[in-house]
Amino acid sequence: MSGTTLWAAVLAASAGCYLLKLAGLAVPAAWVEQPWVARVVDFVPAALLAALVAVQALTSGHQLVLDGRLVGLAVAALALALRAPFIVVLLLAGAAGALVHVVAG
Amino acid sequence: MPRTARSAVLRDAIGLGLAVGLYGAAFGAAADAAGLYPWQAITLSALMFTGASQFAMVGVLGAGGSALAAVGSALLLGTRNTVYGVRLVPLLRPRGLRRLGAAHWVIDETTAMSLGAPDRALGRLAFLATGATIYLTWNLMTAVGAFGAAGLGGTARAALDAVVPAAFLALLWPRLRKSFPEAAVQRRVAAGGAAVALALTPFVPAGVQVVVAVVAVALAGPPRATQRPTASEEMA
Repeated sequence: MSGTTLWAAVLAASAGCYLLKLAGLAVPAAWVEQPWVARVVDFVPAALLAALVAVQALTSGHQLVLDGRLVGLAVAALALALRAPFIVVLLLAGAAGALVHVVAG
Repeated sequence: MPRTARSAVLRDAIGLGLAVGLYGAAFGAAADAAGLYPWQAITLSALMFTGASQFAMVGVLGAGGSALAAVGSALLLGTRNTVYGVRLVPLLRPRGLRRLGAAHWVIDETTAMSLGAPDRALGRLAFLATGATIYLTWNLMTAVGAFGAAGLGGTARAALDAVVPAAFLALLWPRLRKSFPEAAVQRRVAAGGAAVALALTPFVPAGVQVVVAVVAVALAGPPRATQRPTASEEMA
């Protein structure tokens, strides 16, 4: 992807996200508070974030790949279950990924 | 307003702001790992300023996705800020230029803090204090992460590769906890989203599987008659 395309994507997505925020403060509440709209918006983050977890941890291009990322994810899940702060979760996941990289050479 | 309530709101807002802002370093590093220039990561934090959408954007690009898929996933995650805005209108009652400014800070954390405050004046204070603290630290730490990651070697890269999925899991996690409204349904939708994305990975252009995974919201079923989650329960 060219640098120009990337910049265009960065600016377009930023403008779009700002307009979504502004819409909430500007449009009549009834438009957004339709039960179906509220239902979809409540669950979009779960679907998308889980998809991103899976894609980031288990895929490389079009392949499914098992490597240190999955080990890092398992460590992160354990830390989250133990209610560790975000920053600790990320450091532990990174350390696990690095360890697998070193051990697996 | 009572002085103690005021300082309690300020203390909570600034404390949360500092904790969340540190997370910006992870975003800056993830953006670098995805092949963005440091200035592009910094621009995203300054102009997009909504963490999940920013992570989604660089996550899709890092997976080799097209610009369109990256923008699409950022916008889909950005829709919840529209709902937050609707809830904040009675509290902020923004007009004119103030509305344009306030909109930029309508995110998970500012919404939860201001709707959780005891009255309207404190709610506005919480919105401003949380927004200002996060905006400053998030942008500062993004620059630290983006420039810091640029000089990393092989092992540090492997560490960073493991941090990115963990960052998404950390964003997702609060929605899966038992205390979250309809946590069982959230879990079902999350499992569905992950399954759809993995199943499509071999067959669709990179990044598209993330956007298409949004079909998993169908697993949530129709709206309930009395469904009305509060914003403080929705922080993620």
